Amino acid sequence: MLRIIISRIIQTLMVVFLLVTFTFFAVRAIPGNPFASDKATSPEEQAALEAYYGLDKPLHRQYAKYWKNIIIDGDFGDSLAMKGRKVTTLLAESFPVSLKLGLLSLFLGVSIGIPLGIIAALFHNRWQDYLAMVIAMAGICIVAFVLGPIFQLSIAKPLDWLNVAGWQRSSDIILPSITLCFGVAAYLARLTRGGMLDVLSQDYIRSARAKGVPKLQIITRHALRPALVPAITYLGPAFAAIITGSFVVENIFLVPGMGQHFVLGITSKDYNLVLGLVLFYGILMGIANLMSDLALIFMDPKLRNS
Amino acid sequence: MTTSTQDASNEPLITEKGSSLWSDAYLRLKKNKLAILGGIIVILILTACFVVAPILSWVGYDGNQQDLSNRFAGFGEGGFLGTDQLGRDLLMRVLEGGQISLLVAIIATLLTVTIGVIYGGIAGYLGGRIGNAMMRIVDGLLAMPFLIIVILFREIISGHVDDLARILINDWGFDDNTVLRFANLIPLTFAIAGFGWLSMGRIVRSSAASLSKQEFVEAARSLGLTHHRILFRHILPNMLGPIIIYATLTIPSFILYEATLSYIGLGIEPPNSSWGKLIQEGANYLETNITVLAIPAVLFSLTLFAFNFLGDGLRDALDPKASKD
Repeated sequence: MLRIIISRIIQTLMVVFLLVTFTFFAVRAIPGNPFASDKATSPEEQAALEAYYGLDKPLHRQYAKYWKNIIIDGDFGDSLAMKGRKVTTLLAESFPVSLKLGLLSLFLGVSIGIPLGIIAALFHNRWQDYLAMVIAMAGICIVAFVLGPIFQLSIAKPLDWLNVAGWQRSSDIILPSITLCFGVAAYLARLTRGGMLDVLSQDYIRSARAKGVPKLQIITRHALRPALVPAITYLGPAFAAIITGSFVVENIFLVPGMGQHFVLGITSKDYNLVLGLVLFYGILMGIANLMSDLALIFMDPKLRNS
Repeated sequence: MTTSTQDASNEPLITEKGSSLWSDAYLRLKKNKLAILGGIIVILILTACFVVAPILSWVGYDGNQQDLSNRFAGFGEGGFLGTDQLGRDLLMRVLEGGQISLLVAIIATLLTVTIGVIYGGIAGYLGGRIGNAMMRIVDGLLAMPFLIIVILFREIISGHVDDLARILINDWGFDDNTVLRFANLIPLTFAIAGFGWLSMGRIVRSSAASLSKQEFVEAARSLGLTHHRILFRHILPNMLGPIIIYATLTIPSFILYEATLSYIGLGIEPPNSSWGKLIQEGANYLETNITVLAIPAVLFSLTLFAFNFLGDGLRDALDPKASKD
């Protein structure tokens, strides 16, 4: 157990190091500089701004400085596009919003997707199975930017207590989280169905059936845990992705979450913001993968010994 | 070899010549109604966008012709499906948008397959430390947020493509409209492929790695065949199944990526149009006229459905072990 945790941590640190290095040089390879888009800046002012943020120094010096700031001061640097604001402040403001939204949609996705997948597997090749799989496929194919506007028009518009968009009332979380949960539910349903069908064809399930174990008990006691393995493997990375916000959904429902930074950071060439996001996302991804590893060990006793 | 492979309905398939993997797969695919339906829809949509639309535009229909006196016309007025917010023929808009959406997705998929097969094949066949290091790079890049990596690639590439376009227009005298249309598509396509090949590389590597441990490859090696010959004559043909399956499932996900990027304004730009762009424009007029959103959205979702069902069907057909029948 401890070995797994340590090796995951080392792996995550390596991935994060690699990603930050790649991103560091890649964002600087975008033609143009962060201050050229400000209309009222003269070349002299741009040079002064570059000097202020240390962008006039040689690349390797900037790179070394970036790591030094992070490791020694825990400082992600200043945002280049939103003057006077720190990257850490921007993340601290927007992450809780996306986290709240993400956790709710993840909860909805799990509680719709997994039962749907189980039902599909239990009624394999019957109409319930086909219906569940068509619903799941709809969840993948009818995307957020189609669903969102439809929800706004058909649900939020007629109801007084529901805003079409915004993030003031506590009910404002409902529509974006429903929109966001469809994709998760769909993938989970497909993975759970696959896992369940795999398990149900195993010999030990047949033995249990022959022994006369009641059907419900076979599913809950014998089949469910191993059948959830693919779903849990998927949930790790999906968790990291969903709690860091979806630009599209947050944009449709005007949610002040993290999603916007992923897009605006690059288009405004805000080097520090992009690097901060990549770093943060990489660490979250590592944590999520570790959690799904531990969950898998808990699920599958065979993994515990190896 | 005569096979008595059992198909889904447990009838032995006895054929005189013996059946190859591909004819077996075809028989299995034929049984899967959803996959066949998906295949038919895919063919219909491809025909509509790449055969019917060019003929219509040759006959004189124009998707860019504005007519502000005839905005939001109903079905049959000013076009078979009516007109959009600027009085343009909606049918032509949707078909021409589909051309771009499909073209970007298909070209990006071809790029993905090429890069993924070469990279994954080499990593899987070499194995060992080099192969592992090659895959660690892929894993690392996959841990990056999708939007950041795709937009990053797009911005880097488009800077260079814009320079090239300027040279082509100013110094070589190319038609600026044509050049700019392509200059908009290329960065997007390459950016999507630049992210997409990572998963392809992973799939190819794992199947190349398991194939290169099998006896027939060992036999080929002991006969003294060159690496090149083993890779291309023995390993690659055996990987065709997973590659075809994954490529079919990649097309809808790339259509989706393109639409997402166009929707957020970082994809297709006018005069080009695509389903994502049409949906984004249509969403603004949701309350005035829902057909402007509904028609591209329905066609877009239908295409995703069709490709996904076809891909799932191919997987069940070509990889019977993975199928749950």
